[in-house]
Amino acid sequence: MDKYSWAWFHRFASPPYVYRVAELWAPWFAWIAGLLIAAGLYGGLWSSPPDYQQGDGFRIIYIHVPSAYLSMMCYGIVATASTIGLVWRMKIAHTVAVAAAPLGASFTFLALITGALWGKPMWGAYWVWDARLTSELILLFLYLGFIALSRAYEDSRSGDRAGAVLALVGVVNLPIIHYSVVWWSSLHQGSTKFFGGNADIQTSMLMPLLLMIFGFTCLFAACLAKRVQLELLGRERNAAWAAEAVR
Amino acid sequence: MLALASRDLRISFRQPGEVLTPAMFFVLVTTLFPLGLSPQPELLRTIAPGVVWVAALLAVLVGQESLFKSDYEDGSLEQLVLSPMPLPLVAITRVTSHWLATGLPVVVLAPLMGLLMDYPTQAMGCLVLSLLLGTFTLSLLGAVGAALTVGLRQGSMLMPILVLPLAVPVLIFGAHAVAQAANGEDPSGVLYLLAAFLVLGITLAPFAIAAAVRVSLES
Repeated sequence: MDKYSWAWFHRFASPPYVYRVAELWAPWFAWIAGLLIAAGLYGGLWSSPPDYQQGDGFRIIYIHVPSAYLSMMCYGIVATASTIGLVWRMKIAHTVAVAAAPLGASFTFLALITGALWGKPMWGAYWVWDARLTSELILLFLYLGFIALSRAYEDSRSGDRAGAVLALVGVVNLPIIHYSVVWWSSLHQGSTKFFGGNADIQTSMLMPLLLMIFGFTCLFAACLAKRVQLELLGRERNAAWAAEAVR
Repeated sequence: MLALASRDLRISFRQPGEVLTPAMFFVLVTTLFPLGLSPQPELLRTIAPGVVWVAALLAVLVGQESLFKSDYEDGSLEQLVLSPMPLPLVAITRVTSHWLATGLPVVVLAPLMGLLMDYPTQAMGCLVLSLLLGTFTLSLLGAVGAALTVGLRQGSMLMPILVLPLAVPVLIFGAHAVAQAANGEDPSGVLYLLAAFLVLGITLAPFAIAAAVRVSLES
Protein backbone atom coordinates (compact mmCIF):
# COMPACT_ATOMS: atom_id res chain seq x y z
CA MET A 1 0.00 0.00 0.00
CA ASP A 2 2.83 2.30 0.84
CA LYS A 3 4.01 2.24 -2.74
CA TYR A 4 0.85 3.99 -3.90
CA SER A 5 0.97 6.55 -1.18
CA TRP A 6 0.15 10.10 -2.22
CA ALA A 7 1.97 11.55 0.73
CA TRP A 8 4.66 13.07 -1.50
CA PHE A 9 1.92 14.95 -3.34
CA HIS A 10 0.10 16.12 -0.24
CA ARG A 11 3.31 17.53 1.17
CA PHE A 12 3.29 20.02 -1.70
CA ALA A 13 0.24 21.62 -0.11
CA SER A 14 2.40 22.86 2.75
CA PRO A 15 4.04 26.27 2.16
CA PRO A 16 7.11 25.66 4.37
CA TYR A 17 7.81 22.36 2.60
CA VAL A 18 7.56 23.95 -0.85
CA TYR A 19 9.71 26.83 0.36
CA ARG A 20 12.45 24.42 1.42
CA VAL A 21 12.24 22.40 -1.80
CA ALA A 22 12.55 25.61 -3.83
CA GLU A 23 15.48 26.71 -1.65
CA LEU A 24 17.20 23.42 -2.39
CA TRP A 25 16.57 23.35 -6.13
CA ALA A 26 17.02 26.99 -7.15
CA PRO A 27 20.88 27.06 -6.95
CA TRP A 28 21.18 23.79 -8.88
CA PHE A 29 18.97 25.08 -11.68
CA ALA A 30 20.82 28.38 -11.66
CA TRP A 31 24.26 26.74 -11.98
CA ILE A 32 23.14 24.33 -14.68
CA ALA A 33 21.49 27.23 -16.53
CA GLY A 34 24.70 29.27 -16.27
CA LEU A 35 26.84 26.44 -17.66
CA LEU A 36 24.45 25.52 -20.46
CA ILE A 37 23.92 29.13 -21.53
CA ALA A 38 27.68 29.80 -21.45
CA ALA A 39 28.34 26.72 -23.59
CA GLY A 40 25.44 27.60 -25.90
CA LEU A 41 26.63 31.18 -26.33
CA TYR A 42 30.16 30.03 -27.12
CA GLY A 43 28.85 27.53 -29.63
CA GLY A 44 26.37 30.00 -31.08
CA LEU A 45 28.50 33.12 -31.29
CA TRP A 46 31.96 31.71 -32.06
CA SER A 47 32.12 28.14 -33.22
CA SER A 48 29.08 27.90 -35.53
CA PRO A 49 29.48 29.24 -39.08
CA PRO A 50 27.53 32.26 -40.39
CA ASP A 51 24.32 31.40 -42.22
CA TYR A 52 24.68 31.25 -46.02
CA GLN A 53 21.80 33.68 -46.50
CA GLN A 54 21.49 35.69 -43.32
CA GLY A 55 25.18 36.05 -42.38
CA ASP A 56 25.68 36.67 -38.70
CA GLY A 57 22.17 38.04 -38.25
CA PHE A 58 20.74 34.60 -37.68
CA ARG A 59 22.59 34.30 -34.36
CA ILE A 60 19.75 36.06 -32.58
CA ILE A 61 17.78 32.82 -32.82
CA TYR A 62 19.86 31.55 -29.90
CA ILE A 63 17.91 33.99 -27.72
CA HIS A 64 14.75 34.26 -29.77
CA VAL A 65 13.78 30.59 -30.06
CA PRO A 66 14.24 29.70 -26.37
CA SER A 67 12.28 32.81 -25.32
CA ALA A 68 9.44 32.09 -27.71
CA TYR A 69 9.28 28.48 -26.58
CA LEU A 70 9.28 29.46 -22.91
CA SER A 71 6.64 32.12 -23.48
CA MET A 72 4.25 29.40 -24.57
CA MET A 73 5.36 26.72 -22.12
CA CYS A 74 4.90 29.17 -19.29
CA TYR A 75 1.29 29.82 -20.28
CA GLY A 76 0.83 26.06 -20.12
CA ILE A 77 2.26 26.09 -16.59
CA VAL A 78 0.00 28.97 -15.56
CA ALA A 79 -3.05 27.21 -16.99
CA THR A 80 -2.16 23.82 -15.47
CA ALA A 81 -1.47 25.33 -12.08
CA SER A 82 -4.72 27.31 -12.30
CA THR A 83 -6.68 24.15 -13.06
CA ILE A 84 -5.11 22.32 -10.12
CA GLY A 85 -5.82 25.31 -7.91
CA LEU A 86 -9.46 25.58 -8.99
CA VAL A 87 -10.23 21.86 -8.89
CA TRP A 88 -8.38 20.82 -5.73
CA ARG A 89 -8.36 24.25 -4.10
CA MET A 90 -4.61 24.02 -3.65
CA LYS A 91 -3.18 27.36 -2.61
CA ILE A 92 0.36 26.46 -3.70
CA ALA A 93 -0.82 25.89 -7.27
CA HIS A 94 -2.22 29.43 -7.40
CA THR A 95 1.03 30.71 -5.96
CA VAL A 96 2.94 28.99 -8.76
CA ALA A 97 0.59 30.46 -11.38
CA VAL A 98 0.93 33.98 -9.96
CA ALA A 99 4.73 33.59 -9.71
CA ALA A 100 5.05 32.21 -13.26
CA ALA A 101 2.93 34.80 -15.09
CA PRO A 102 5.40 37.73 -14.91
CA LEU A 103 8.20 35.39 -16.05
CA GLY A 104 6.06 34.32 -18.99
CA ALA A 105 5.32 37.94 -19.83
CA SER A 106 9.07 38.73 -19.71
CA PHE A 107 9.97 35.88 -22.04
CA THR A 108 7.15 36.88 -24.40
CA PHE A 109 8.49 40.42 -24.40
CA LEU A 110 12.02 39.16 -25.02
CA ALA A 111 10.84 37.02 -27.92
CA LEU A 112 9.03 40.02 -29.44
CA ILE A 113 12.03 42.34 -29.02
CA THR A 114 14.58 39.89 -30.44
CA GLY A 115 12.17 39.12 -33.27
CA ALA A 116 11.80 42.82 -34.05
CA LEU A 117 15.58 43.34 -34.04
CA TRP A 118 16.00 40.40 -36.39
CA GLY A 119 13.11 41.51 -38.58
CA LYS A 120 14.57 44.93 -39.38
CA PRO A 121 17.56 43.68 -41.46
CA MET A 122 15.80 40.52 -42.73
CA TRP A 123 12.29 41.65 -43.53
CA GLY A 124 13.01 45.38 -43.71
CA ALA A 125 10.69 46.33 -40.86
CA TYR A 126 10.74 46.02 -37.09
CA TRP A 127 7.15 44.98 -36.99
CA VAL A 128 4.95 43.30 -39.56
CA TRP A 129 1.41 42.13 -38.87
CA ASP A 130 2.39 38.55 -39.32
CA ALA A 131 0.51 35.68 -37.70
CA ARG A 132 3.11 34.47 -35.22
CA LEU A 133 4.08 37.99 -34.20
CA THR A 134 0.46 38.94 -33.69
CA SER A 135 -0.41 35.87 -31.66
CA GLU A 136 2.72 36.37 -29.55
CA LEU A 137 1.61 39.97 -28.94
CA ILE A 138 -1.85 38.79 -27.93
CA LEU A 139 -0.20 36.25 -25.62
CA LEU A 140 1.61 39.16 -23.97
CA PHE A 141 -1.75 40.93 -23.49
CA LEU A 142 -3.21 37.77 -21.96
CA TYR A 143 -0.32 37.59 -19.48
CA LEU A 144 -0.72 41.27 -18.59
CA GLY A 145 -4.48 40.80 -18.12
CA PHE A 146 -3.85 37.82 -15.82
CA ILE A 147 -1.30 39.77 -13.76
CA ALA A 148 -3.54 42.84 -13.56
CA LEU A 149 -6.60 40.83 -12.53
CA SER A 150 -4.90 38.68 -9.90
CA ARG A 151 -3.39 41.78 -8.29
CA ALA A 152 -6.61 43.82 -8.46
CA TYR A 153 -8.25 41.90 -5.63
CA GLU A 154 -7.40 42.95 -2.12
CA ASP A 155 -7.84 39.39 -0.90
CA SER A 156 -5.16 37.31 -2.60
CA ARG A 157 -7.28 34.15 -2.56
CA SER A 158 -10.05 35.78 -4.62
CA GLY A 159 -7.45 37.25 -6.93
CA ASP A 160 -5.95 33.80 -7.42
CA ARG A 161 -9.26 32.23 -8.30
CA ALA A 162 -10.32 35.08 -10.58
CA GLY A 163 -6.98 34.87 -12.38
CA ALA A 164 -7.34 31.12 -12.67
CA VAL A 165 -10.76 31.41 -14.34
CA LEU A 166 -9.28 33.95 -16.77
CA ALA A 167 -6.27 31.70 -17.50
CA LEU A 168 -8.57 28.81 -18.33
CA VAL A 169 -10.75 30.93 -20.62
CA GLY A 170 -7.52 32.08 -22.24
CA VAL A 171 -6.19 28.58 -22.76
CA VAL A 172 -9.38 27.53 -24.55
CA ASN A 173 -9.07 30.63 -26.70
CA LEU A 174 -5.35 30.48 -27.49
CA PRO A 175 -5.57 27.87 -30.27
CA ILE A 176 -8.53 29.70 -31.81
CA ILE A 177 -6.66 32.99 -31.66
CA HIS A 178 -3.56 31.38 -33.12
CA TYR A 179 -5.30 29.71 -36.05
CA SER A 180 -7.50 32.68 -36.85
CA VAL A 181 -4.43 34.89 -36.96
CA VAL A 182 -2.52 32.33 -39.06
CA TRP A 183 -5.36 32.25 -41.51
CA TRP A 184 -5.48 36.05 -41.48
CA SER A 185 -1.87 36.51 -42.54
CA SER A 186 1.44 34.71 -42.40
CA LEU A 187 4.95 35.83 -43.23
CA HIS A 188 6.95 34.11 -40.50
CA GLN A 189 8.90 31.11 -41.71
CA GLY A 190 7.30 27.76 -41.12
CA SER A 191 8.43 25.37 -38.42
CA THR A 192 11.98 24.13 -38.78
CA LYS A 193 12.63 20.42 -38.80
CA PHE A 194 15.30 19.82 -36.19
CA PHE A 195 16.00 16.09 -36.35
CA GLY A 196 16.14 13.18 -38.75
CA GLY A 197 17.89 12.53 -42.06
CA ASN A 198 16.79 15.63 -43.97
CA ALA A 199 16.76 18.07 -41.07
CA ASP A 200 16.62 21.77 -41.99
CA ILE A 201 19.33 22.81 -39.56
CA GLN A 202 23.00 21.86 -39.43
CA THR A 203 24.39 20.10 -36.36
CA SER A 204 26.87 22.90 -35.64
CA MET A 205 23.93 25.31 -35.32
CA LEU A 206 21.53 22.83 -33.75
CA MET A 207 23.76 21.91 -30.81
CA PRO A 208 24.15 25.47 -29.44
CA LEU A 209 20.44 26.06 -29.98
CA LEU A 210 19.52 22.97 -27.96
CA LEU A 211 21.99 23.99 -25.25
CA MET A 212 20.36 27.42 -25.14
CA ILE A 213 16.86 25.94 -24.99
CA PHE A 214 17.79 23.69 -22.06
CA GLY A 215 19.75 26.49 -20.44
CA PHE A 216 16.83 28.91 -20.69
CA THR A 217 14.49 26.26 -19.31
CA CYS A 218 16.78 25.82 -16.28
CA LEU A 219 17.02 29.59 -15.91
CA PHE A 220 13.25 29.74 -15.98
CA ALA A 221 13.03 26.99 -13.34
CA ALA A 222 15.52 28.78 -11.09
CA CYS A 223 13.66 32.10 -11.43
CA LEU A 224 10.34 30.37 -10.84
CA ALA A 225 11.63 28.67 -7.68
CA LYS A 226 12.87 32.01 -6.34
CA ARG A 227 9.65 33.79 -7.26
CA VAL A 228 7.55 31.09 -5.62
CA GLN A 229 9.64 31.49 -2.45
CA LEU A 230 9.12 35.24 -2.51
CA GLU A 231 5.40 34.92 -3.14
CA LEU A 232 5.07 32.39 -0.30
CA LEU A 233 6.93 34.66 2.12
CA GLY A 234 4.65 37.54 1.15
CA ARG A 235 1.49 35.52 1.62
CA GLU A 236 2.56 33.80 4.81
CA ARG A 237 4.24 36.84 6.29
CA ASN A 238 2.43 36.33 9.60
CA ALA A 239 3.37 32.66 9.90
CA ALA A 240 6.08 31.50 12.25
CA TRP A 241 7.97 29.52 9.60
CA ALA A 242 8.25 32.62 7.39
CA ALA A 243 9.83 34.63 10.21
CA GLU A 244 12.15 31.67 10.80
CA ALA A 245 13.08 31.49 7.10
CA VAL A 246 14.15 35.11 6.69
CA ARG A 247 16.09 35.30 9.93
CA MET B 1 -35.85 31.02 -16.63
CA LEU B 2 -38.53 32.93 -18.56
CA ALA B 3 -39.50 34.79 -15.41
CA LEU B 4 -35.89 35.80 -14.90
CA ALA B 5 -35.54 36.89 -18.52
CA SER B 6 -38.72 38.97 -18.44
CA ARG B 7 -37.67 40.58 -15.15
CA ASP B 8 -34.31 41.52 -16.64
CA LEU B 9 -35.89 42.88 -19.80
CA ARG B 10 -38.49 44.88 -17.90
CA ILE B 11 -35.79 46.46 -15.74
CA SER B 12 -33.75 47.35 -18.82
CA PHE B 13 -36.63 48.94 -20.69
CA ARG B 14 -37.64 51.03 -17.71
CA GLN B 15 -34.22 52.64 -17.94
CA PRO B 16 -34.00 53.56 -21.62
CA GLY B 17 -30.71 55.33 -20.96
CA GLU B 18 -28.98 52.04 -20.28
CA VAL B 19 -30.41 50.45 -23.41
CA LEU B 20 -29.41 53.34 -25.63
CA THR B 21 -25.91 53.95 -24.29
CA PRO B 22 -24.13 51.17 -26.24
CA ALA B 23 -26.04 52.06 -29.41
CA MET B 24 -25.14 55.74 -29.02
CA PHE B 25 -21.53 54.77 -28.33
CA PHE B 26 -21.51 52.67 -31.50
CA VAL B 27 -22.86 55.51 -33.64
CA LEU B 28 -20.43 58.03 -32.20
CA VAL B 29 -17.34 55.86 -32.55
CA THR B 30 -18.24 55.07 -36.16
CA THR B 31 -18.73 58.77 -36.85
CA LEU B 32 -15.27 59.58 -35.51
CA PHE B 33 -13.46 57.63 -38.23
CA PRO B 34 -14.53 59.69 -41.27
CA LEU B 35 -13.85 62.81 -39.19
CA GLY B 36 -10.41 61.62 -38.15
CA LEU B 37 -9.29 60.16 -41.47
CA SER B 38 -10.93 61.73 -44.48
CA PRO B 39 -14.45 61.64 -45.94
CA GLN B 40 -13.43 60.28 -49.38
CA PRO B 41 -15.94 57.59 -50.42
CA GLU B 42 -13.22 55.18 -51.71
CA LEU B 43 -11.37 55.29 -48.41
CA LEU B 44 -14.58 54.92 -46.41
CA ARG B 45 -15.62 51.92 -48.50
CA THR B 46 -12.29 50.17 -47.81
CA ILE B 47 -12.32 50.76 -44.06
CA ALA B 48 -16.09 50.35 -43.53
CA PRO B 49 -16.07 46.63 -42.52
CA GLY B 50 -13.29 47.10 -40.00
CA VAL B 51 -14.63 50.35 -38.58
CA VAL B 52 -18.19 49.12 -38.15
CA TRP B 53 -16.95 45.91 -36.55
CA VAL B 54 -14.46 47.55 -34.20
CA ALA B 55 -17.10 50.09 -33.12
CA ALA B 56 -19.67 47.34 -32.55
CA LEU B 57 -17.14 45.29 -30.56
CA LEU B 58 -16.31 48.23 -28.30
CA ALA B 59 -19.98 49.14 -27.89
CA VAL B 60 -20.94 45.60 -26.87
CA LEU B 61 -18.07 45.32 -24.40
CA VAL B 62 -18.83 48.71 -22.88
CA GLY B 63 -22.44 47.61 -22.53
CA GLN B 64 -21.44 44.41 -20.72
CA GLU B 65 -20.05 46.38 -17.83
CA SER B 66 -23.56 46.94 -16.46
CA LEU B 67 -24.40 43.24 -16.74
CA PHE B 68 -24.04 42.32 -13.06
CA LYS B 69 -23.30 45.73 -11.53
CA SER B 70 -26.67 46.72 -10.06
CA ASP B 71 -27.49 43.17 -9.00
CA TYR B 72 -24.13 42.90 -7.27
CA GLU B 73 -24.66 46.17 -5.46
CA ASP B 74 -28.19 45.48 -4.16
CA GLY B 75 -27.53 41.82 -3.31
CA SER B 76 -29.85 40.23 -5.90
CA LEU B 77 -26.84 38.49 -7.41
CA GLU B 78 -26.38 36.46 -4.22
CA GLN B 79 -30.06 35.55 -4.32
CA LEU B 80 -29.63 34.36 -7.90
CA VAL B 81 -26.65 32.23 -6.86
CA LEU B 82 -28.69 30.75 -4.01
CA SER B 83 -31.75 30.07 -6.18
CA PRO B 84 -32.43 26.43 -7.14
CA MET B 85 -31.77 27.20 -10.80
CA PRO B 86 -28.24 26.15 -11.87
CA LEU B 87 -25.96 29.15 -12.04
CA PRO B 88 -24.75 28.56 -15.64
CA LEU B 89 -28.40 28.65 -16.73
CA VAL B 90 -28.93 31.89 -14.83
CA ALA B 91 -25.83 33.25 -16.55
CA ILE B 92 -26.93 32.44 -20.09
CA THR B 93 -30.42 33.84 -19.39
CA ARG B 94 -28.95 37.04 -18.09
CA VAL B 95 -26.54 37.39 -21.01
CA THR B 96 -29.36 36.78 -23.52
CA SER B 97 -31.74 39.32 -22.04
CA HIS B 98 -28.92 41.82 -21.67
CA TRP B 99 -27.90 41.26 -25.29
CA LEU B 100 -31.51 41.80 -26.43
CA ALA B 101 -31.51 45.13 -24.62
CA THR B 102 -28.02 46.40 -25.50
CA GLY B 103 -26.50 44.30 -28.31
CA LEU B 104 -29.50 44.11 -30.61
CA PRO B 105 -29.88 47.92 -30.95
CA VAL B 106 -26.26 48.01 -32.16
CA VAL B 107 -27.00 45.37 -34.80
CA VAL B 108 -30.13 47.24 -35.87
CA LEU B 109 -28.24 50.50 -36.24
CA ALA B 110 -25.36 48.87 -38.15
CA PRO B 111 -26.93 49.16 -41.65
CA LEU B 112 -27.47 52.86 -41.01
CA MET B 113 -23.83 53.31 -40.13
CA GLY B 114 -22.95 51.17 -43.15
CA LEU B 115 -24.80 53.68 -45.34
CA LEU B 116 -22.85 56.56 -43.79
CA MET B 117 -19.65 54.64 -44.57
CA ASP B 118 -20.66 54.12 -48.22
CA TYR B 119 -20.99 50.37 -47.68
CA PRO B 120 -22.79 48.67 -50.66
CA THR B 121 -26.48 48.15 -49.88
CA GLN B 122 -26.70 44.68 -51.43
CA ALA B 123 -24.17 43.41 -48.86
CA MET B 124 -26.08 44.81 -45.86
CA GLY B 125 -27.60 41.40 -45.10
CA CYS B 126 -24.17 39.94 -44.47
CA LEU B 127 -23.24 42.88 -42.24
CA VAL B 128 -26.31 42.33 -40.09
CA LEU B 129 -25.92 38.55 -40.00
CA SER B 130 -22.23 38.68 -39.05
CA LEU B 131 -22.97 41.17 -36.28
CA LEU B 132 -25.90 39.10 -35.08
CA LEU B 133 -23.66 36.05 -34.69
CA GLY B 134 -20.61 37.96 -33.52
CA THR B 135 -22.06 40.38 -30.98
CA PHE B 136 -23.68 37.55 -29.04
CA THR B 137 -20.34 35.71 -28.85
CA LEU B 138 -18.76 38.96 -27.70
CA SER B 139 -21.51 39.37 -25.10
CA LEU B 140 -20.65 35.94 -23.69
CA LEU B 141 -16.92 36.76 -23.57
CA GLY B 142 -17.63 40.16 -22.08
CA ALA B 143 -19.84 38.55 -19.46
CA VAL B 144 -16.89 36.48 -18.21
CA GLY B 145 -14.86 39.67 -17.86
CA ALA B 146 -17.77 41.54 -16.26
CA ALA B 147 -18.33 38.75 -13.75
CA LEU B 148 -14.64 38.68 -12.83
CA THR B 149 -14.40 42.42 -12.27
CA VAL B 150 -17.84 43.26 -10.85
CA GLY B 151 -16.56 43.55 -7.28
CA LEU B 152 -13.53 45.67 -8.12
CA ARG B 153 -13.27 49.41 -7.91
CA GLN B 154 -11.16 49.75 -11.06
CA GLY B 155 -13.24 47.04 -12.77
CA SER B 156 -14.60 49.20 -15.58
CA MET B 157 -11.11 49.82 -16.95
CA LEU B 158 -9.83 46.32 -16.29
CA MET B 159 -12.68 44.46 -17.99
CA PRO B 160 -11.89 45.50 -21.61
CA ILE B 161 -8.19 44.75 -21.00
CA LEU B 162 -9.07 41.19 -20.05
CA VAL B 163 -11.59 40.60 -22.81
CA LEU B 164 -10.21 42.44 -25.86
CA PRO B 165 -7.38 39.94 -26.56
CA LEU B 166 -9.92 37.12 -26.43
CA ALA B 167 -12.20 38.93 -28.87
CA VAL B 168 -9.61 38.94 -31.67
CA PRO B 169 -10.87 35.85 -33.58
CA VAL B 170 -14.45 37.16 -33.69
CA LEU B 171 -13.24 40.52 -34.97
CA ILE B 172 -11.01 38.96 -37.64
CA PHE B 173 -13.70 36.72 -39.06
CA GLY B 174 -16.55 39.19 -38.61
CA ALA B 175 -14.78 41.99 -40.44
CA HIS B 176 -13.56 39.54 -43.06
CA ALA B 177 -17.08 38.29 -43.83
CA VAL B 178 -18.29 41.87 -44.21
CA ALA B 179 -15.36 42.74 -46.49
CA GLN B 180 -15.95 39.64 -48.61
CA ALA B 181 -19.61 40.51 -49.06
CA ALA B 182 -18.67 44.04 -50.08
CA ASN B 183 -16.36 42.64 -52.79
CA GLY B 184 -19.18 40.52 -54.13
CA GLU B 185 -17.68 37.22 -52.85
CA ASP B 186 -19.61 34.53 -51.02
CA PRO B 187 -19.07 35.03 -47.26
CA SER B 188 -20.92 31.90 -46.11
CA GLY B 189 -17.77 29.98 -45.10
CA VAL B 190 -16.65 32.70 -42.73
CA LEU B 191 -20.19 33.13 -41.41
CA TYR B 192 -20.27 29.41 -40.60
CA LEU B 193 -17.06 29.87 -38.59
CA LEU B 194 -18.63 32.77 -36.70
CA ALA B 195 -21.61 30.53 -35.98
CA ALA B 196 -19.22 27.84 -34.73
CA PHE B 197 -17.62 30.37 -32.34
CA LEU B 198 -21.10 31.24 -31.11
CA VAL B 199 -21.94 27.58 -30.45
CA LEU B 200 -18.64 27.11 -28.62
CA GLY B 201 -19.32 30.24 -26.59
CA ILE B 202 -22.86 29.21 -25.65
CA THR B 203 -21.55 25.79 -24.60
CA LEU B 204 -18.57 26.83 -22.48
CA ALA B 205 -18.98 30.47 -21.46
CA PRO B 206 -21.91 29.95 -19.02
CA PHE B 207 -19.71 27.73 -16.85
CA ALA B 208 -16.89 30.28 -16.87
CA ILE B 209 -19.36 33.07 -16.05
CA ALA B 210 -20.80 31.01 -13.18
CA ALA B 211 -17.33 30.31 -11.76
CA ALA B 212 -16.42 33.98 -12.11
CA VAL B 213 -19.61 35.13 -10.34
CA ARG B 214 -18.82 32.78 -7.44
CA VAL B 215 -15.29 34.21 -7.17
CA SER B 216 -16.62 37.76 -7.14
CA LEU B 217 -19.18 36.99 -4.45
CA GLU B 218 -16.62 35.27 -2.23
CA SER B 219 -14.35 38.29 -2.06
